[in-house]
Amino acid sequence: MNFELAKQRRSAAPHRSMFLRMLIRAAVLRRGRAAAALLAMVVAAGVTTAILNLYVDTQTKLREQFRNYGANIVVVAREGQTFSPDALRIVNSTIADGSLAVPFGYVVARTPDGRSIVVSGTDFDKVRKLDNWWSVTAWPQKKAEALVGSRAAKLVTPQGKVFDLSFQGRTIHLAPAGMLKTGAAEDNRVYLSLSDFESWTGLQPSTIEIAVSGSAQEVNGTIRNLQRASPDAEVRPVRQIVEGEARVLGKMRSTLLASAVLIILTAALCLLATLTGWVFDRRRDFAIMKALGASAALINGFFAAEAAALGAVGSVLGFALGVGAATWIGRANFHAPVAPRLSVFPVILAGSILVALLAAIVPISLLQRFQPANILRGE
Amino acid sequence: MFVRLVYESFRRQKRRKLLAGVAVMLGVCVATAMIAVATDIGDKINRELRAIGANLVVTPQEDTLDVEIGGVNLKPPSDGAYLNEAHLPKIKGMFWRNNIVGFAPMLPVSVNLAGANTTLLGTYFAKHIQFGKQNFVTGVQTTHPWWKVQGEWPDDGSQSILLGERLAARIARHPGDQVEIAGQGHAISGILSTGGVEDDQIVAPLSLAQDVIGKPGAVRRIYVSALTKPEDAFARRDPASLRGPEYDRWYCSPYPQSIAYQLQEAIPHSHAEQIRQVAQNEGTVLSRIKGLMLLITVAALLASALAVSAAMATAIFERRREIGLMKALGAGDFPVSALFFAEATLLALISGLVGFLGGALLARQIGRSIFASQITIEPVLLPIILAIAIGVTFAGSTLAIRRAVKFDPVYALRGEA
Repeated sequence: MNFELAKQRRSAAPHRSMFLRMLIRAAVLRRGRAAAALLAMVVAAGVTTAILNLYVDTQTKLREQFRNYGANIVVVAREGQTFSPDALRIVNSTIADGSLAVPFGYVVARTPDGRSIVVSGTDFDKVRKLDNWWSVTAWPQKKAEALVGSRAAKLVTPQGKVFDLSFQGRTIHLAPAGMLKTGAAEDNRVYLSLSDFESWTGLQPSTIEIAVSGSAQEVNGTIRNLQRASPDAEVRPVRQIVEGEARVLGKMRSTLLASAVLIILTAALCLLATLTGWVFDRRRDFAIMKALGASAALINGFFAAEAAALGAVGSVLGFALGVGAATWIGRANFHAPVAPRLSVFPVILAGSILVALLAAIVPISLLQRFQPANILRGE
Repeated sequence: MFVRLVYESFRRQKRRKLLAGVAVMLGVCVATAMIAVATDIGDKINRELRAIGANLVVTPQEDTLDVEIGGVNLKPPSDGAYLNEAHLPKIKGMFWRNNIVGFAPMLPVSVNLAGANTTLLGTYFAKHIQFGKQNFVTGVQTTHPWWKVQGEWPDDGSQSILLGERLAARIARHPGDQVEIAGQGHAISGILSTGGVEDDQIVAPLSLAQDVIGKPGAVRRIYVSALTKPEDAFARRDPASLRGPEYDRWYCSPYPQSIAYQLQEAIPHSHAEQIRQVAQNEGTVLSRIKGLMLLITVAALLASALAVSAAMATAIFERRREIGLMKALGAGDFPVSALFFAEATLLALISGLVGFLGGALLARQIGRSIFASQITIEPVLLPIILAIAIGVTFAGSTLAIRRAVKFDPVYALRGEA
């Protein structure tokens, strides 16, 4: 009964089964050649996948690197004023997750011998994340501990002892927890925790520094939202950071694009050369099929199907390989994996099949011109 | 006979040789271009990163504390020490002078403008300076490229000024108007927009600020924009603790620290320091970008190597009949292999050379269109690239030649491959 069924099935679709058998046998019998062509296909598809994945992902990763430069937006209270107590909350609810907003309050205090010094109150945990270029010997942990700028230290506490500062008649005792060095204005200041600052001066922060990650449009959008949310403050981009970032990223994008185009083009052309050689090498198969009476359409279909199958198998393997390579590069360079992009796959698949078909068309149309007898005689 | 065989093979089988040659050429071309771009990208991006501003600052050694909030300096103008403007050109006489992209001296002074206290910042805009036989132009236009002026930049020798945009809006002045500072009228040549504290200030030529406080040659600090190498553990060593060759190596590396050290040597009574926000992050961004390009180059080299191997293997597979004929005529395995290897080497040399030239052109084009500057190709790259090309061609051919030589000549000649 089984035999009957098989017979029935075979009589129903004789052509298709023969067609499939020829395709499979061609691959199995000429393992070496098929493997060489497949290897070329896999490498080309793999490299293309890797470079496309990297092209999209490294731009985000490089942008994150630029967040190490600190704030790219500053919100400043109107001249001589401070923020209302809920200003920070409003800012935090406006900016996207993953962004960082750090409040700063500033006053000019006096040392016991009457010298002026700038004292700032801030949130140490957040500053550590925002300004990670600050070179700090030890961060303050307890109440009434201060972070003293390297130049300010010479004035207020040359021996690292407890010191006094006064502001509008109120005095605070501070213990220097660590020394701060940045090479900029921060070196002239003394930093306190925000709670110490507020209880001592009775003032609220007057500046909020914000690091927003994202493209230039996203940053501009955040600036507009902040302006709407806090109309009594001035919101401005830190232009030197924003412009520098845009410039470097723009150049990097162009370089990556140029590299991607170069590599993909080479991969495609070398693939074309290899596959053309492979199809041309099989002219005897072609001649036998033609001598046995196959129509031109059937032969074309056969070689096209073969090329398409090669392209499909090669692109699947190549995609897996390329995603692996991109992930490895991401981890080796940015210490974070590059997320595989499935949207790249259809492009790779279509591209591979197209190149494979193109590689099949040229030799076949060339061979169609010859008599099968001449080819079989090896001329 | 051997030479004739190789020659005839190239003469008669132009199509096949061309196909394999094109593959090798393309591979070498891309490899050359990628290596050239990858080796040069650090330098190019370093220059782009200078857009973020100066990475070193020079201040007087015995300076008093700056009392500065929101860019307004509350320190009395008479207070503190100054640097001498006359020493500035010496910066271009330093060991790393070619790494100094630019510098700008700053002298903030307090003036009364329209009844309010305002900071007037004296600086260089694009000043021509001579040191020895060198002529160069430096100033904020180089060190602070994000400063935008609506109107004209003032001339460094003139009495014209720039008004910060917020200040200009507050006192309703426009380019071409006159303002009175310290009893003298000055023309406003432009409105300055920086996005920073300078928007509330007056920016003027350095000599004008010196006249206001009556201290000719005084400079409060100097911002220096230098091309530096990312710092490492060696860079952080104290130069005083280094001996002999170690000190020379430290001194002759463009670390931010060693350039700061040399700035201190060039300018008497000064203290030079890296601006950590700029200098530190530069290093990480630069090393990430270099690493990325290196890895992409490795991927490109691998891909072109495999492509070349595949093309060579295909070219040899096609020539089984020839091998069969040679063997049938009595040639041993060795001469046949030698012939094919010689052909492969020749092919690699010729196409490698063409590919190298193509790659050099390509790299130049990339440099010109993306970075608007030349990407230099080291001549030393040529032998390396050719060696790689020959090596890869050899590797690609070996397997195919060995299999072809092992094949029974009878089958090969009957075409039953």
